[in-house]
Amino acid sequence: MRAKSLATGLLVHAVLLVAVIFALYPVLWVIALAFSPGVAPEAHALPVPSGFSLEHFAAVLGRMDGDRWIFGMQLANSSIVAAATATVAIAIATPAAYGLSRFDFVGKRASLSAMLATQMFPGVAASVPLYLLLNALDLLDTRSGLVLVYATSAVPFAMFQLRGAFDAIPKDLEEAAMVDGATRFGAFLRVVLPAARPAIAVTALFAFMTAWNEFALAAAFLTREDLYTLPILLQGYASEHDANLGHFAAGALAVSIPVMALFYVLQRQLISGLTAGGVKG
Amino acid sequence: MTERAARTAALLAMASLVTLAVPTPASAQETIVVWHAYGESEEAGLLAAVALFERAHPDVHVDLVASPFGAFASRLRNAIPTGHGPDLFIDAHNRLPSFVDASLLEDFGALSPELTADLPPALVGALTYEGTLYGVPLSLKSLALYVSDELAMGRTLPSLEDYAALRRELPDGTYAIAWEVDSTYASVALFHAYGARVLDEEGRFAAATPEGDAALAELARLVADGSVPAEASGDLVRDLFRSGRAVAAISGPWLAPDLPASLHYHVLPLPIVHAADDGLMVPYSTIDAALIPAGSPHPELARELAAFLASPAGSIARATAGHQIVASVSAWHDPGVASDERLVAFHDAALAAMPMPTHPHMDSVFGPMDRAIRKVLRGDATPHDALAEAEHRFVDETRPAPPLRDPTFAVVALMLGLFAALAMVTSRLRDPAVRASLVRSMPAYGWVMHAFVAVGLLVVLPLAVGAMTSLYAGQDLHYVGLANYFDILTNRGGDLLGHGSFWLVLGVTVLWTITNVIFHVGIGIGLALLLHRPTVKLRTLYRILLVVPWAVPSYVTALAWRGMFHRQLGAINAILAVFGVEPVSWFAHFSTAFTANLATNVWLGFPFMMVVTLGALTSIPKDLYEAADVDGASAFQKLTRITLPMLRPALLPAVAMGAVWTFNMFNVVFLVSAGEPDGSTEILVSEAYRWAFTRGHQVGYAAAYAVLIFVILVGLTRALPRERAPGAR
Repeated sequence: MRAKSLATGLLVHAVLLVAVIFALYPVLWVIALAFSPGVAPEAHALPVPSGFSLEHFAAVLGRMDGDRWIFGMQLANSSIVAAATATVAIAIATPAAYGLSRFDFVGKRASLSAMLATQMFPGVAASVPLYLLLNALDLLDTRSGLVLVYATSAVPFAMFQLRGAFDAIPKDLEEAAMVDGATRFGAFLRVVLPAARPAIAVTALFAFMTAWNEFALAAAFLTREDLYTLPILLQGYASEHDANLGHFAAGALAVSIPVMALFYVLQRQLISGLTAGGVKG
Repeated sequence: MTERAARTAALLAMASLVTLAVPTPASAQETIVVWHAYGESEEAGLLAAVALFERAHPDVHVDLVASPFGAFASRLRNAIPTGHGPDLFIDAHNRLPSFVDASLLEDFGALSPELTADLPPALVGALTYEGTLYGVPLSLKSLALYVSDELAMGRTLPSLEDYAALRRELPDGTYAIAWEVDSTYASVALFHAYGARVLDEEGRFAAATPEGDAALAELARLVADGSVPAEASGDLVRDLFRSGRAVAAISGPWLAPDLPASLHYHVLPLPIVHAADDGLMVPYSTIDAALIPAGSPHPELARELAAFLASPAGSIARATAGHQIVASVSAWHDPGVASDERLVAFHDAALAAMPMPTHPHMDSVFGPMDRAIRKVLRGDATPHDALAEAEHRFVDETRPAPPLRDPTFAVVALMLGLFAALAMVTSRLRDPAVRASLVRSMPAYGWVMHAFVAVGLLVVLPLAVGAMTSLYAGQDLHYVGLANYFDILTNRGGDLLGHGSFWLVLGVTVLWTITNVIFHVGIGIGLALLLHRPTVKLRTLYRILLVVPWAVPSYVTALAWRGMFHRQLGAINAILAVFGVEPVSWFAHFSTAFTANLATNVWLGFPFMMVVTLGALTSIPKDLYEAADVDGASAFQKLTRITLPMLRPALLPAVAMGAVWTFNMFNVVFLVSAGEPDGSTEILVSEAYRWAFTRGHQVGYAAAYAVLIFVILVGLTRALPRERAPGAR
């Protein structure tokens, strides 16, 4: 019996190890590329750098435009845009998700279908109309314009996610608070929101990631280098003509590390937050 | 309720304050904005020349803005018509016709006598389109021959055959001459040697001739006998030449900075080809030109700056600081420039090259030609058949837009529809029961309305406008009714299941979605079940490492995976070699290319399913298992009777969402297989992107694809089982 459970245990670890290798292998290649001096190392099976050099990091992270630290400005732009996107998306989606969870109203089904439908329409046709819209609002070449577009596009998914979370919170909780004299909004703020904290954190993380990784719209709407977000910079290193994969890899790591850190911080919420959620049509 | 609204408003205001807090620099004097898509070294030349200009014009500040190459054209197309364009921009001359057709350019006006005398007439001629000069040539680029001094042992070899003959004295794995054989841009020189052209003066496909067949047959022969490496990407060419495994390489000036100082080589124009009656291999040159966009805020200053950049003084600065191969003739008499032997050699090669034709159809040559070349080199078609097919595709891509239709019917139908909707709403509003329920809905609207308005305005409206463009076609976007849909659904008169047909691509897309979802769900559930076992040590560590793929941007991983599937340089073939497996040409067959895409997307997608499953597992009541234990159920029975059925309600929505995302997963297909081989791994959304961005900017056609994708997805999700989650409440 013990031998059998030992064997099962070993097997479980073996499968998990294979999965971990599968998950990390491409990332290790990016790391190897980033630390290899000069151009890309030659082909071999193990992701080991061909030497150790920080030249790519120095070139990418130390990028200057005159006396301005352009990488620093672009990092700041990405952070501001992604954080503001997460904030605005949550601010819009949370009350709406609560309304959807607790009330019935005329047009609820239709508006839910419309929200779900936005997730199915490929964005390829929308970039020119969005450009014209931002132009009309005089928000081109601004971080605010980008935030507005990112945040609203994150709202439908966030709303479904949060509605699921609110559905899972018993109504008695806020009703008890309302019996004690709280307004519905007060009960929402003080009782419902704290209970939904994991789901809100995870939803905010998703919104943050959409903004943090988005390239096409940012490249279309921003035409000043001091306003660029980091994916635009990265794309420049991966272009067909003047590719510098070492720079690209170093930049890719710099871009990935903050999101990895957020995942690490939010790892517990990730599981419970997604559970309560569930995207229901 | 007002309290809530006020809080939301405050949050929004705070968020927008945060975004506005970082100050923008104030403009000091007159500022000219110049856009370019140069890499860092060429940009350095531009900076040096601009510094000289600013010194001569202390009241003018020049703002140089680098744009990613891939986004440059669409950025110009968006910005210039809406008045957000620069004062001046630098782009390759071959894009001129599409810019002119879209009315993006200002007439440059006559050049000064000094400039006219100093610039080669052929280069100025290349910037003249339909009788008007649109810009001033700054620099030019073409492929050249790099010859390794060590391997060629100082010999100068006049012909391609002389190089090919070297392979007999070379060790295995060393090539006579390396270039990106798969790319039309690099291989067109061989076509020119045979007297073939790819595009004629009238903008018709011209390679499907006996000369073209002969050139392509020669290319296939060179690859087959090992003189030239197969499936050579730019990375491979660089790698072979710098490591001394190719005697010669055909590449552009961009290769030189990547070569080690220890490698001795010289740069020459391309060789002749004996088999083609000693025809000279002539590559294309592209001319970087300074162009003035329509509506440039300072056209006169921009002209002055452009003229200065092209002048001998500006050119010398660009050549010395940025190694640009400048167009100015007298700049090459400058001792500093003339002593740069390598730059002079590139200049000679570029002057021997043929300016790429300026015709709006030139862009449409590359896609079909690339595919024809690859097909022949894979041995899937004869040169004759492949070029005939390329011509067919070229004609298909450059076909004239459908004719203008009278929009009256559509306008009347739209008005009637709106009127009917309005009438219906008012009649329903008269119904007291409806009014009562509306009144009852009021508090709910207070909670949701702001979100619906925001999404309606910034998401639904742009999508709807985008969908409307599917009724328009041509560069002028004229109304064509449903012609785009008709063309797509009938494969533009071709075989309904033929190459690139909507129905075939739909089949691939469905296969792509189903296989991905199976792997995502299978791996996700499997790993979650393992991680959920309470006896497993290091569970948290495993879980953290397994979600890493989720945290990396998908375009980064897509490019990393593409590199790993590279035939010669990729890690996957290196792993296979350890087990004694021959290298696989991953992108040469549908099955392997599809597998490569699949591996990438499975990698990207399984962590989401795993995490969702882990969450769902924690919510299964333990007593169910205890009861099953009492009944003596086996582990397998517990899995199939309890765990999986209990997971179902939580997983179904996630699976539906994942299926929609996969259906529209553009990044992976576009970046990993890029549709190879022969466009067969393309999915609907990547087809739509190709029509929008590479096949002559057929925006309306791409929009029709998008609408069809939308219709299919809505239809499919309606057809799927809808289950109210009983366990989730």
